[in-house]
Amino acid sequence: MADREINPFATQATWFPRFEKGVFWIFRLATYAVLLSGFAVFGTIVVKGAGTVFTTRAPFLNVAFLTQAPETLYVFEYDGAKHELGAKDYRAFRETEEAKAKAAGKPAPKFESVESIVYSSGGIFPAIVGTILLVVGSMAIALVLGVASAIYLSEYAKNGPVVRFIRLAIINLAGVPSIVFGLFGYGMFVIFLGWNVSLLAGWFTLAFMVLPVVITASEEALRAVPRGFRDASLALGSTKWQTIRKAVLPYALPGVLTSSILGVARVAGETAPIMFTAAYVVRDRLPWQVSQVSDFFFQGVMALPYHIYVVSSKIPQNVYTERVQYGAAFVFLMLVAAIATGSILLRNRLRGRYQW
Amino acid sequence: MVTTTPVMPASESLDPSAPPRPAANQRLFDSIPMRATPVTPARTVIDIQNLDFFYGAKQALFDVNLALEEKRVTAFIGPSGCGKSTLLRCLNRMNDLIDGTRIARGSIEIRGIDIHRRDVDPIELRKRVGMVFQKSNPFPKSIYENIVYGLRLQGVRDKTRLDEVVERSLKGAALWDEVKDRLHESGLGLSGGQQQRLCIARAIAVEPEVILMDEPCSALDPIATAKIEELIHDLKRDYTIVIVTHSMQQAARVSDKTAFFYMGKLVEYNDTRTIFMHPANAQTEAYVSGRFG
Ligand SMILES: Nc1ncnc2c1ncn2[C@@H]1O[C@H](COP(=O)(O)OP(=O)(O)OP(=O)(O)O)[C@@H](O)[C@H]1O
Ligand SMILES: [Mg+2]
Repeated sequence: MADREINPFATQATWFPRFEKGVFWIFRLATYAVLLSGFAVFGTIVVKGAGTVFTTRAPFLNVAFLTQAPETLYVFEYDGAKHELGAKDYRAFRETEEAKAKAAGKPAPKFESVESIVYSSGGIFPAIVGTILLVVGSMAIALVLGVASAIYLSEYAKNGPVVRFIRLAIINLAGVPSIVFGLFGYGMFVIFLGWNVSLLAGWFTLAFMVLPVVITASEEALRAVPRGFRDASLALGSTKWQTIRKAVLPYALPGVLTSSILGVARVAGETAPIMFTAAYVVRDRLPWQVSQVSDFFFQGVMALPYHIYVVSSKIPQNVYTERVQYGAAFVFLMLVAAIATGSILLRNRLRGRYQW
Repeated sequence: MVTTTPVMPASESLDPSAPPRPAANQRLFDSIPMRATPVTPARTVIDIQNLDFFYGAKQALFDVNLALEEKRVTAFIGPSGCGKSTLLRCLNRMNDLIDGTRIARGSIEIRGIDIHRRDVDPIELRKRVGMVFQKSNPFPKSIYENIVYGLRLQGVRDKTRLDEVVERSLKGAALWDEVKDRLHESGLGLSGGQQQRLCIARAIAVEPEVILMDEPCSALDPIATAKIEELIHDLKRDYTIVIVTHSMQQAARVSDKTAFFYMGKLVEYNDTRTIFMHPANAQTEAYVSGRFG
């Protein structure tokens, strides 16, 4: 009877395996679609942006783009050739040519079909600096305020209806659209407190925007610290604050940072909150070129996301504007990645030191 | 030492249907070498009087009266949930840190001072009354830093003083020889038993008078347990010790006095020998002979 052997594990002829396969395929396709669009976005920015940021000749980096302020681009025909020059170079070029012509006793040279395209020459240095300043300042404020209130909520406050209400409010705050924070910042800091459009106003607006994330994350990180550390510390005769500072906070810090990294990306990327509170379309002076220290806080700055917005929607588009659009977007992505990497490295170092 | 003292028959059994087993304790103690130290009454360090303790609306201790003696080991025994840890945590006011706890009646005096007096600072109290927890909880710092934690809190900076204390505490906790070459490595790199001894060393570094231990061996293997028991025996020379334990053998081995709790009440308190050999109460008898709990 060997040929008529009964196989108890034989595949059952039901519809279910095929159905399952079909569902898996839908999931798989969904994942591919996400990947594909991700690649499309990154690919476009990297391919087009890299052309602006990198060059084919040493030092292979478009230093001017990274270190200069934006300039108007002049495109013109002269002497039968087509020229593209930044505003300063254009003016200099024109003067020398005119002087040459005068010396030779010829009529003034003709510059034909001169086109000027704003912000499309020079670089984006002030915007890079502005974004870094905004991120650092607002994260510092958000971390201090956020960790402080998380400590209060989870370590000091009695868990009653008031605290529950505060928590609920914080969670809801996280869902408020960033433009609303922008308007709040405008009304509160720019107008009511009279800070005008300034770094300080931008810092606080952005800080308030990420505060909910920071508070929630910090509370979680504080809760994750084992009870035993607190008990041990308190039983050795430490005050509550000593315990929090020496036996709780150091061990919660990596957790706080982990989730704050998300906040960094958000702070760096949002345009709406700084649009009315901190960002200038263009500003020639760099933030540290101020006459007194207090002016530093009360100056507006350029910022990358806002600059991208301006060059992509506020100026007439043509072939010459693409350079700065994609270049700025590419640098912006790199910058956010760099800041996030920095925070991750810091987090990992702390984690190595305060592992339990 | 093997004892031949007959066990007092239970006057009433908790479970009437259970056949009386008068020889149970006998068998238990035949196998346990009890401390032969005769317990002469010593000075009272901690005096607990008529203590009623509440977690919110739930009463956890009922009219507890207990006098803990100087430089003795007192064991708290009793079934789970009977309030041993609660009473222990009352002694260094760790319960203050839990919302809604209160002492409704009674007092705890340490060397004649009511620890709930207005001018008593629980921080100062906890420096005098140290605690070792069930789950060993060294900080994720070096062995050295673990031990000087308490002193650093008190603002001690002097390096030679700290070094001295580390050595003395580790020796006191019978850990010095095992770790003296790696004082600056993480305390978490130690074995479970070593970690628990590190916690004991950390507790004695601030030179308390009393050490409270809440099931210090419950997570340890028999060899590590034996070492801690040995250590407790040595520490008794300098400290008053209260230990909560679920192991009858352990209570018998390490303690001079034993307090048996049941449902938040102190049922019986006496010399350990008496509690195990001639308990006056039937519940105690049933518990120590392993018939319930
Ligand atoms: N934080 C708390 N809040 C409310 N009730 C508590 C709290 N801690 C303990 N209890 C209750 O108080 C009673 C005594 O608890 P306790 O922890 O003192 O018991 P125990 O004798 O130490 O038990 P175990 O041997 O299991 O450790 C128990 O009924 C317990 O449920
Ligand atoms: Mg307990």
